[in-house]
Amino acid sequence: MRILAAMSGGVDSAVAAARLVDAGHDVVGVHLALSRNPELFRSGSRGCCSIADANDARRAADVLGIPFYVWDFSERFAEDVVVDFVAEYAAGRTPNPCLRCNEKIKFAAVLERGVALGFDRVATGHYARLERSDGAVSLYRAAEPAKDQSYVLGVLTGEQLSRCEFPLGEVTAKAALRAEAAERGLLVADKPDSHDICFIPTGDTAGFLDDRLGQRTGDIVDVDGEVLGAHQGYHRYTVGQRHGLHLSVPASDGRPRYVVGLDPVANTVTVGPRQALAVRTISAIRPTWTEAPVHGSWRGLVQVRAHAEAVPADFTARADRLEIELEAPMFGVSPGQAAVHYDGERVVGAATIAATGA
Amino acid sequence: MAAIASGARAYVDHAASSPMSAAVMAVMAEAMALAGNPSALHASGRQARRMVEEARESLAADVGAHPSEVIFTSGGTEANNLALLGAAAPDQKVVISAIEHPSVADVRRVREQVAVAGVDAFGRLRSAEFADLVDGAALASVMWVNNETGVVQDVAAVAARAHAAGAIAHSDAVQALGHVPVDFAASGLDLLSLSAHKLGGPVGVGALIVRRGVALRASGFGGGQEAKLRSGTVPVALVAGFAAAARAAIARRESEAARLEALRRQVAALGGVIPGAIDNSAEAHSPAIINLTFAGIRADDVLLLLDAAGIDASTGSACTAGVHQPSEVLLAMGRSREDAGASLRFSFGATTTSADIDRLVAVLPHAVETARRAAAT
Repeated sequence: MRILAAMSGGVDSAVAAARLVDAGHDVVGVHLALSRNPELFRSGSRGCCSIADANDARRAADVLGIPFYVWDFSERFAEDVVVDFVAEYAAGRTPNPCLRCNEKIKFAAVLERGVALGFDRVATGHYARLERSDGAVSLYRAAEPAKDQSYVLGVLTGEQLSRCEFPLGEVTAKAALRAEAAERGLLVADKPDSHDICFIPTGDTAGFLDDRLGQRTGDIVDVDGEVLGAHQGYHRYTVGQRHGLHLSVPASDGRPRYVVGLDPVANTVTVGPRQALAVRTISAIRPTWTEAPVHGSWRGLVQVRAHAEAVPADFTARADRLEIELEAPMFGVSPGQAAVHYDGERVVGAATIAATGA
Repeated sequence: MAAIASGARAYVDHAASSPMSAAVMAVMAEAMALAGNPSALHASGRQARRMVEEARESLAADVGAHPSEVIFTSGGTEANNLALLGAAAPDQKVVISAIEHPSVADVRRVREQVAVAGVDAFGRLRSAEFADLVDGAALASVMWVNNETGVVQDVAAVAARAHAAGAIAHSDAVQALGHVPVDFAASGLDLLSLSAHKLGGPVGVGALIVRRGVALRASGFGGGQEAKLRSGTVPVALVAGFAAAARAAIARRESEAARLEALRRQVAALGGVIPGAIDNSAEAHSPAIINLTFAGIRADDVLLLLDAAGIDASTGSACTAGVHQPSEVLLAMGRSREDAGASLRFSFGATTTSADIDRLVAVLPHAVETARRAAAT
C-alpha cells in the first residue's frame, strides 16, 4: 500500500513509519507545520511544532530512506483548533485540542489531501489498535493501558478509521520502543515525550488565554452565592480543580473546596465541597461513531478525560444527543471534554459533554 | 515508493544545481592530489598557485574579462553580497530590481537606502521607473537571467543608464553564464556575479568580476587573498573545476542553447494541453528555464507526485521550514498569491535528455489534475 506517515519529529511516529517500511509498504513521511510562527527550537520537552522537530522528522525519514515533505496546515490549525480552543474556554468549558486536531486536521484535512494524492492510508504513532474484517474496522485500546491513546481517537468515524494505520498498538513498553528506535539508528530514540499543548510551547495555558481573552477579574462564590474571593479570569479554572484558588476564608466544614462551576455571563467561579462535584448523569452532544451508529439504550463504559478511568454507565441515544447515566457518581466532569465510550476494549464513539447532573 | 537510482531519475532542476561531468571531476581530482597553499612561496605552493592563476585566466578569457578582474568567492551568494555591501558607502542609495535573488534582495535588511524598480507582467525591468530611481544612487543591481522564470534583462542598457546617473552597475549572472552570451567587457557592467555549480562545476565556488578601477571594500577580513577583497585560502580544486566547467559550457553554448530551447518548447506546449496553465516566460528568456502556473494547485503537491514518478523539479522560490512560499518573483510580476503558490520551475542543462522531457510531458498533466483534486479537499 501507499502510506502517508505523519511524522511529528518524535520517537513514536518515527518507529511507526519504520515498521511500515519493514512491512514492505511504499511510505512517504510528512511533517505537519501547525504553528504560524514556529520557534526554532523546542523549549524543554514541549511541543511538536518547532523547526527543530521538523528537522528531527526529516532526519528520521533520511534514515528510513523514504521521501519526506512538510505540509503547512498552520492556517487550518489556527482556524479549526486554536480559535475553537479559545472560544471553548471563553464559554466556560474545557476543550481537548488534541481531539479536535485529530478530528479536523490529522484525520480530516491531511487524510483527505493524502487520499486525493493517491495514498491508501495515513499512519501515526498513536497507541491504539485497529482490527479489520470484511471491510469493517474496529478501534481498540492499545495493548499497554498506560500508553493507550484511543481516547483522543474516539472522535474518528468508521470512514476515517478505514484509512488509518496505527503500527504501535501492540507496543507494551516504551523502553522497548526506544530500544527499537536506537537499533534502527533513529536519532530521536531518547527524545523526551511531549505532554503539553503543542501551540503553547511555554506551557502557560492561563497566560495564553489571558492574551486572547483579557484578564477579567471576578468573584469566587460558594454554592449559595456568597463571595469568598476574587479570580483572575474564569478561563483559568477547570471544574474539579482544587489547587490555586487562594481563598482566605476557610470552608465552614474545614474540608477542601473545589471548582464546581464556571459562569461566563456572571463572570463567576463557583466553589463547593467535593460532593457538589458528584455527577450521575451526563448529557453529551454531537455524537460520533467509530462504526455504525448505535440506537436505543445499552450498557457500556465511559471515559471523560484523556487519563481518566473508564466507568460503567447506561447509554441512551437520542437525536443528536447521548444521555449517559453513570453507575457510580464521578467527580470532576468538565463540560467541553469528550465522553468517549467503550464496549470493553473497543471504542464505540464519542460525544462532547454539554451538561452534567447529580 | 521503491528507491530509484539517481541515474534513472529525470532531473529537471539544473537551475538549483547542475551535475558535474566526469571531465570536471577528473580536473578536480588532479588538483586535490596536490599539496600546498597557493599563497605559500615554496615549490608546492607555487604549483598550487599556478593552477589557481590558470583557472583565473581561463575563466577571464571565457567571460570577456581581464584575469586581474576575477575575484574568486565561495559562490554566487558571496559574490552578490560582496558587490552589494562593498561597492557603495553604507549611507548611499542602491537600486535593485523587484525580482532579485535573496542574496541581492535582502540587502534591504542591512542598508537603509534601497530603491526597488518594478517589473512588468513578463518580469522585464520597467526601464522608466529604473531610470527615475537610479538618479542619485551609487549602485544599481539587476540580474541578467532570473532564476525562477528565466527572463533575460537588457543589462547593457541598465549599465549605460546607471553610468549616466553616476552609479556603478552590478548584475547577478549566476543563471546567465553558459546559457546566454556573457561578455563582461562588452556589457559595460562594473561588477558581475558568477557561480560554478549552475553550469556543471562544483558547489562552493563562484566569482565576482570587478572592473579595473572600480573601488570595492572587502566585507570580511583575514589574509588578504584575492586582491585583498576576499580573504581565505583559495580552494585550488574548486576554482580549477569551476574554470573547466565554464570552459566546457561556454564552448558548446550555442548548440546547447538550440537543443535546450527545443526541449523547452515541448514543455511550453503543455500550456496548451493542461487547462488553466499559464506560461510565465518572456520573449527574451534563457533556454534552460521555464516557469508554468497551474491555477488551483499547491505546487508542493505536484512536486510530491513528480518526485514519486522519478522527476526532480522545484518551484525555484524560497522555502520556509520546508514549505514553499508564494514566489516573490511572480508576485512582483503582478500574479495573485494563489497563482504565485501554484507555479513550478523546470530547468535544464547538459545532462538533460529528450527522454527526461518526454517523461515530464507524459506525467505532468495527470499530476496537475490529481493535485487540483487534492487542493479542493
